[in-house]
Amino acid sequence: MMAEIGLTHYLVVAAILFALGVAGVLYRRNAVGMLIGIELILNAANVNLIAFARYADRGVGVPGVNGSAGLEGQVFAIFVIILAACEAAIGLAICINIFNKFGSIDADRADTMRG
Amino acid sequence: MGLIEQGLLIILLPLAGFFLVGLFGRKLPRQGDWLATGLVGASLALAVKTFVQVTLQHDPFAGARTSGPWLRFAPAEALSIGIMVDNLTASMLVVVGVVSFLVHLYSMGYMHGDPKYVRFYTVLQLFTASMFGLVLSDNLLTLYVSWELMGLSSYLLIGHYFEKPSAAWACLKAFMTTRVGDVLMFVGILILFLHVGSLRFADIFAAVADGRLAGSAQMWAGLLLFGGAMGKSAQFPLHIWLPDAMEGPTPVSALIHAATMVAAGVYLMARTYLLLSAETFLVVAYVGGFTAIFAASIGLVMDDIKKVLAYSTVSQLGYMMLGLGVGGFVVTGYTAGVYHLTTHAFFKAGLFLGAGSIIHAVHTQSLAQMGGLRRKMPVTFITFLIATLALTGLWPLSGFYSKDAIIASAIEFALRHPEHLALPIFAVLAAAMTAFYMFRLVFLAFFGDPRDAHAHSHAHESPLVMTFPLLVLAALSLPPVGGGHGNWFWIGNPVPLRGEVAQRYGVATAEQGQAKVSTEHGQPVLTTEGGVAHGEHPAADDPARRAHTMAIGASVTVLLIGFVLAWLIYIRRVVDPRALACRFAPIHRLLVNKYYIDEIVQAGVIRPVMALCRLVARADLWIVDGLVNLTALVTRAIAWVTGRADSHVVDGVVNGVADSAMTAGKALGRLQTGQVGTYLTGGVVGVVMLAGFVFWVLAR
Amino acid sequence: MVVPHILSWIVFAPLIGLAVMSVIPGAAGARAIKWVSLLTTLVVLALSSVLVAEYYGLAPEFRRAFIGLKQSSFPEGSASLFEERIPWIREYNIYYHVGADGLSVILVFLTALLSFLAVFSAWNIEKGVKGFHMLYMLLITGMMGVFVALDLFLFYVFWEVMLLPMYFLIGIWGGPRREYAAIKFFLYTLAGSVLMLIAILVIYMECRTFSIPELVANPPFADRPSVANWLWAGFFIAFAIKIPMFPFHTWLPDAHVEAPTAISVILAGVLLKMGGYGILRVNFPVFPAATHYFIGLVALFGVINIIYGALCAMAQTDFKKLVAYSSVSHMGYVLLGMASLTDAGMNGAVFQMFNHGTSSAMMFMIVGVIYDRAHHRDLSRFGGLGLQMPRYLTIAIIGFFASLGLPGLSSFISEVMVFLGAFKSQSTLGAPQAFGVVYSMQVLTILGTLGVVLGAGYLLYTMQRVYLGKPRDEYANFPDLRPVEYAALVPLAVISVVLGILPNLALNVFNGSMHSLLTLWPPAAAAGFAGL
Repeated sequence: MMAEIGLTHYLVVAAILFALGVAGVLYRRNAVGMLIGIELILNAANVNLIAFARYADRGVGVPGVNGSAGLEGQVFAIFVIILAACEAAIGLAICINIFNKFGSIDADRADTMRG
Repeated sequence: MGLIEQGLLIILLPLAGFFLVGLFGRKLPRQGDWLATGLVGASLALAVKTFVQVTLQHDPFAGARTSGPWLRFAPAEALSIGIMVDNLTASMLVVVGVVSFLVHLYSMGYMHGDPKYVRFYTVLQLFTASMFGLVLSDNLLTLYVSWELMGLSSYLLIGHYFEKPSAAWACLKAFMTTRVGDVLMFVGILILFLHVGSLRFADIFAAVADGRLAGSAQMWAGLLLFGGAMGKSAQFPLHIWLPDAMEGPTPVSALIHAATMVAAGVYLMARTYLLLSAETFLVVAYVGGFTAIFAASIGLVMDDIKKVLAYSTVSQLGYMMLGLGVGGFVVTGYTAGVYHLTTHAFFKAGLFLGAGSIIHAVHTQSLAQMGGLRRKMPVTFITFLIATLALTGLWPLSGFYSKDAIIASAIEFALRHPEHLALPIFAVLAAAMTAFYMFRLVFLAFFGDPRDAHAHSHAHESPLVMTFPLLVLAALSLPPVGGGHGNWFWIGNPVPLRGEVAQRYGVATAEQGQAKVSTEHGQPVLTTEGGVAHGEHPAADDPARRAHTMAIGASVTVLLIGFVLAWLIYIRRVVDPRALACRFAPIHRLLVNKYYIDEIVQAGVIRPVMALCRLVARADLWIVDGLVNLTALVTRAIAWVTGRADSHVVDGVVNGVADSAMTAGKALGRLQTGQVGTYLTGGVVGVVMLAGFVFWVLAR
Repeated sequence: MVVPHILSWIVFAPLIGLAVMSVIPGAAGARAIKWVSLLTTLVVLALSSVLVAEYYGLAPEFRRAFIGLKQSSFPEGSASLFEERIPWIREYNIYYHVGADGLSVILVFLTALLSFLAVFSAWNIEKGVKGFHMLYMLLITGMMGVFVALDLFLFYVFWEVMLLPMYFLIGIWGGPRREYAAIKFFLYTLAGSVLMLIAILVIYMECRTFSIPELVANPPFADRPSVANWLWAGFFIAFAIKIPMFPFHTWLPDAHVEAPTAISVILAGVLLKMGGYGILRVNFPVFPAATHYFIGLVALFGVINIIYGALCAMAQTDFKKLVAYSSVSHMGYVLLGMASLTDAGMNGAVFQMFNHGTSSAMMFMIVGVIYDRAHHRDLSRFGGLGLQMPRYLTIAIIGFFASLGLPGLSSFISEVMVFLGAFKSQSTLGAPQAFGVVYSMQVLTILGTLGVVLGAGYLLYTMQRVYLGKPRDEYANFPDLRPVEYAALVPLAVISVVLGILPNLALNVFNGSMHSLLTLWPPAAAAGFAGL
């Protein structure tokens, strides 16, 4: 029987996304792949934000904005998207620099910070 | 001028001479010998005056004494210094004055040209002054001072030829040996001071008389004083220094080591006669008697003319001690001892000066190189012969009377107490030996053929300045000056009897103390009672009378025996002395080596003491100082450890913090792979753990 | 009073000399510096002579004073004991307080005399003349200060002031092992003075005063004998090291041997006396009960000193070391004498200090004479000098016989007095008996007289080795005594002879003070002399 899609489902999807993102960041050696993983993580967060915004009851809302469905989640998600864009731009710039310096974008080879 | 001023002047004249000659002698004409001699001559004149004034009173307590504070211990307390003149002092003054004056005179010839002429006369003056001081002292302290100063003079004069190692050793030996005796004497003085509280003879005798000084204190004081006398008067076993003292110039031997200084011990015993106890008298008598025979036996075989005379001196001093010791029980003994002191001083000084004259002539002291000198040196020969006859005791020379008196006293004592028979035997045997060795000496030196032609041919009679003293001294051995019962010294020295002390020193009750001190073998002999008064001769049936007769017989017999033996051996050559020596080789060797006393002292005293000194010095260096250095070492060791600890522990903590940060950094640096993946993994793991923790907390 | 503030002048006059020296260039003015040194010490000697003369001029009852004991009976208070008293550190009740009784006067005079004569001995020192004499001046100030200080704090300060110049004088101008000797001397004395400092501070904590006269008048810890005994021991060890008492004596041979002649003279002549002085000035009057308790031990150690020092001296082959050990022996008489607690013994002890000052100074100068010429002190290599240097021999005979206590010379008097006093004494009834050890002063005294024989032994044996016997070629051209050597030696010889004949000249200075000190022990004083 199909249960009604509720908050839990969103959270599960977001968690899966997050896990995939984390795995991507951790196990991809390609810097671009890692960036993609980061994007997955951020978007998993976005899913959560939106989902919480949708399902939050009054009590959970921000004080002073009672009665509204609450746009805070969406606003945060938009910020995150913007940040992700910026982050992608910076990340790609870093990738290019890593490429210029090390001749590849293999993150493991950029270990000059090794102690 | 009173007796006191006179006495003071007698001391001060030669003392002034000591400073004057010592400081300015070099600048004076004839190096000041006339000054020294003149001063002693003046003292002699005063001494004779004193003698006449005091002695003719025939009273043992006549004279004068005075004293004043000297050592001020506290504002109100002091030890005194003082002068005392009595008949004993007066006799001694004359003896010392005469011999000293003659020796001064004689030395002008004998020491002529000596590089240390001034030194010689200076010390001679010091000696004369201190000897005068000794006999004029009214207390034991100044007596001790003079006693030691004489020791110094003796030391310096024995060491006159100190460039000779034997002389250098001899003076050391003389001073050290007498010093041993002096310390004993000093302890005796301490005991007297403890019990009497004063060191004046008058106070001491008064203390004896009233019983404050009695018993063991009295005995020990007397014995210890005798210890000093043993050192000074060369009594066995402290006699060892005197023969060696012959290293000094011969006039010195005559003055110091024959006539006067060595007699100081006898004088001390005579002076303290009233304080000695019966035990002390016995010890004195036995030591004296043994010394007399012991030294005489060594004198039999000596080759050195001065050594023969030296052992003769030791032997005669033993005689005097014997006389004094017996004098504690037989009244004539005291007078005999003192009388023998005076007669002996003259003839023994004569013998030494005569020997000096011979040595001056033949430049050797060995009898083996002399012989036949009687024609070459007639004056020396005659005077030497007279002195020899006096010493051997030929009537009517002085030695006959004094020696006879001693032997008689000893015999009388033995008659009263037969257990002390050894004493007269000692005396008579020693007399026999004396006769033998003295005639041997005369025969070897003056008779027979010259054994050293070279020495003989150069021999000549000494100048008048040397022969004059010989003549005077020989004359002093002749009657009536030196001999006969009318002799001045004899009559001048009545016995100071103990009973009289009480009256003289104003002690009320004398009986108590007197009874204690005068009892020997249950028989009181030191009292005025019993009819024995001084100056009187006892009745015919008395032991004293018998003793006197026996003594004359014995001494004449032994004199003859000694003379005949010497004559047979050395003039008639009936027996070759060398053959005799071979025949009795062990005894001869024993005698020639002086009974090995020197060796025994060397091995038994000197070596152990020196070994002890070295041991102590080493202990001081290694143990006492070692402990100090060990303390330093330990301190430094601790300091080292602390230093290390400081740099490693205290400073180590500081450095350790830095080091551990470093090490930790290094270790943690490994985590820093530089790989983003690692960091992120860390981050994730951290987050997960944090989340787990949060959930765990929330779950609770 | 001819000279006002005479004690302060005596103490600080050397500092004026020091100031004068400091402006003289050291290299060019060596001669001038020596003359300034001589002049300064001469002034000090003159002032000390004035002090002695003034002290003689005092009324007998003043001369009978021992500081702190008899003052209350004086109408003019303390004025006649040359006292000066001005506050120094008010907060702690510390005063600049000086004064002199007979004991101080005689030792001040000895110090002045020896420091004057020692300048002659230092005349031939050419290395660092300026430094030497400046330190020497400071040394004199320190020594004089010790002998006149009446405030324990001041006493301690002078005690330490003396130490420092001595350290440098030995350490710089000394012999081959000078550093070792100087450090040993310094540390040893310092170790002692620490104990003294502790004792001084404990007294201060209790009594809130450093004044010796006040402490004498009201003895501290009279009701707590154990504390007093500990304090007594603290002071005593400090002074015993200085004396030096067996077993604290080993700094002395090293220091004496390494020091230059002039400093040896001061060391033996004056510094050792500071120990004896301290015992008589502090230990005896401030702790009479403790003194009575320990006195038997002092006597015992005195006798050990006498014999032990003599035995050690006998075995030495170094001339100077022999003299150094003879000092140990001679200072034993001082201990024995003061331990007798009798008039004769105490006066003998003080007189022995004076006589040892003159005789040991002579001995060290005699050693110095031969060391200057031969450059060694090995007794086995000398011999026959008497023939080559007859005047030197004469002086040496006086020196040697003064040292062995020959009658007619002053040491004899003091030794006799020590023995007479000790033989009468009953001092062994304190601590030894408490520990169950019984020995009598009589036996100790008789043992002590052994030192007289041993003393004669080592001195005459030395005389025999150095002066008598065959002359040696290597010493043939040694000059006899020089004028400067005469100047140093003859006055000492004269003093020794004069005081040997007229001992009262010295005894009258201090016998009153000693007699007054003895009143602290009435039984002993009562058992005094029945003599004339």
